[in-house]
Amino acid sequence: MSGLSTVLVPAAGGPVIPHYGGASKCIVENHQFCASWFFDNFSTRFEPRLWEHLELTAIAIGIGSVLAFSAAILAYKANWFTTPFSLVAAFLYTIPSLAFFEIMVPITGINRTSAEIALVSYTLLILFRNALAGLQGVPAATKEAAAAMGLTPRQSLFRVELPLALPAIMAGLRIATVTIISLATVAAYIGAGGLGEPIFDAIQTGFKTEFIAAGVMAILLAIVVDIMLVGVQRLITPWSRRRVRVT
Amino acid sequence: MAEGTAATEPGKLERSAPAEIAFKDVVKQYPGREQAAVQKLSFTVPPGEICVLIGPSGCGKTTALKMVNRLISITDGDITIDGQSVRGLELTKLRRGIGYVFQQIGLFPHLTVEGNIGSVPRLLGWSKQRIRDRSSELLELVGLDPKTDLKRYPGEFSGGQQQRIGVARAMAADPPIMLMDEPFGAIDPIARERLQNDFLRLHHQVRKTVIFVTHDIDEAIKMGDRIAIMRDGHLVQMDTADEILAHPADEFVASFVGADRGLKRLRVRTLEDLELGPANGAGPSEPSLRRRTSLHDALSTMLAEGTSEIQVTDDDGNVLGSASLDMIARLIAPDEEISTA
Repeated sequence: MSGLSTVLVPAAGGPVIPHYGGASKCIVENHQFCASWFFDNFSTRFEPRLWEHLELTAIAIGIGSVLAFSAAILAYKANWFTTPFSLVAAFLYTIPSLAFFEIMVPITGINRTSAEIALVSYTLLILFRNALAGLQGVPAATKEAAAAMGLTPRQSLFRVELPLALPAIMAGLRIATVTIISLATVAAYIGAGGLGEPIFDAIQTGFKTEFIAAGVMAILLAIVVDIMLVGVQRLITPWSRRRVRVT
Repeated sequence: MAEGTAATEPGKLERSAPAEIAFKDVVKQYPGREQAAVQKLSFTVPPGEICVLIGPSGCGKTTALKMVNRLISITDGDITIDGQSVRGLELTKLRRGIGYVFQQIGLFPHLTVEGNIGSVPRLLGWSKQRIRDRSSELLELVGLDPKTDLKRYPGEFSGGQQQRIGVARAMAADPPIMLMDEPFGAIDPIARERLQNDFLRLHHQVRKTVIFVTHDIDEAIKMGDRIAIMRDGHLVQMDTADEILAHPADEFVASFVGADRGLKRLRVRTLEDLELGPANGAGPSEPSLRRRTSLHDALSTMLAEGTSEIQVTDDDGNVLGSASLDMIARLIAPDEEISTA
């Protein structure tokens, strides 16, 4: 629980929030949501956490992508690799998140690294499965055409097969990202920072406004990032939107 | 091969000389199979000709075709292009010099029409401008509109249009050779007929040596300068359509080309093949047809008009002579008697 000691909100027994001398009625009576307190404290208590959260997510997705996509390409080229990697990824995926973070603490300590290792592990199954499915879904005729035109296997992979797998890869990326944004809140338990910090804090103190503000921000973050990824997907797969024109 | 295409001025059709393709005792043996898929196949396709490979399914025609660009490896024997063995060439270099069109079309859905046509030229390092000019030119050649269609994606086109793009893509780097594996097999009959006609017109303009696989004897007769009939991995007969229809080598060929082969010959012969009667043999009221009209169409006209004679004219409409029902019958008949005797 030492991770929580870094939190700024004074957490003592008795009254929920004893240190707000000039606090409004809303705060003193601990209403569901005190908007003015939220806006007053946004830049100091929430904004840094939001950025931390994004960073946690981005690092996990970035490293997870590199690992999962490399594994997917390997499995696509060498079929035997699919089962062992799927098994490991599926095993990691089944570990309850709180347990996973706890397991990492004796190994890598109470810090970001522990959190990231767990988060990366959760991305692998989703990213790998989708990328592999996308690659395997490339029509045989398209690959035959590429080979017959004299593309080398590498050119075919990078110019034809991977671009055609993009919709499936992006679908996996969206699911993984939303999942990680959600799981990253739990990572605050081992001191990784992020929006989980105010949530854990509010659970301790019972301060409803802080709890709801951080929770809603995590949800909004997931929605906004997902919408942005949809935008990216549209941008990089313009062909998938245009459909057959009747002639 | 492909590097033989010198840079030409933009807008001018690039043309390489068509190459000769020769099969020499080519064998394809799949491991674990008792019978070879292709057995000691030998034939030569002269430069600029369309050679149709035809036969029942499993006869080895597609296998034979795909050994030319080594999509299927050659077990024994050799295939040469202008005397050079395909086995001795680097795979990518060999394939970039051979246009490949197949039934499934296989356009790249993520690339625009221009991107598709420009695929091989890009590999060959052409400039953007040259690729654009070439794409426009080819698109027009296959009957699409470069102004509207270059920037669109394959998914926006019908099957027939997609195969037109497929043909344009295969011709992009001006390969001296084209391999066509049932290219119009999945296209509806009306569009197929148009595609066949357009391809023949195209081939007349831009001579390529073409190996064309089909299972449709009518398509073979229409498209092939020469037809090679295969069965169980062997070449049974190779000749012009007219010769094969007139003199099928054996019972198998006779039944394969169909009991109506006499009628089919009418499609490959034209009024030019007749020794025309005197110009006044037919009255002025008789219908007149140009000399390049097929005998099939001429006969059809006679039957429809209820006449046994027609006038034959040259392309400018000058009367060359007359043709009669008897003449057509005589041209087809003697061969029939010999071959069925």
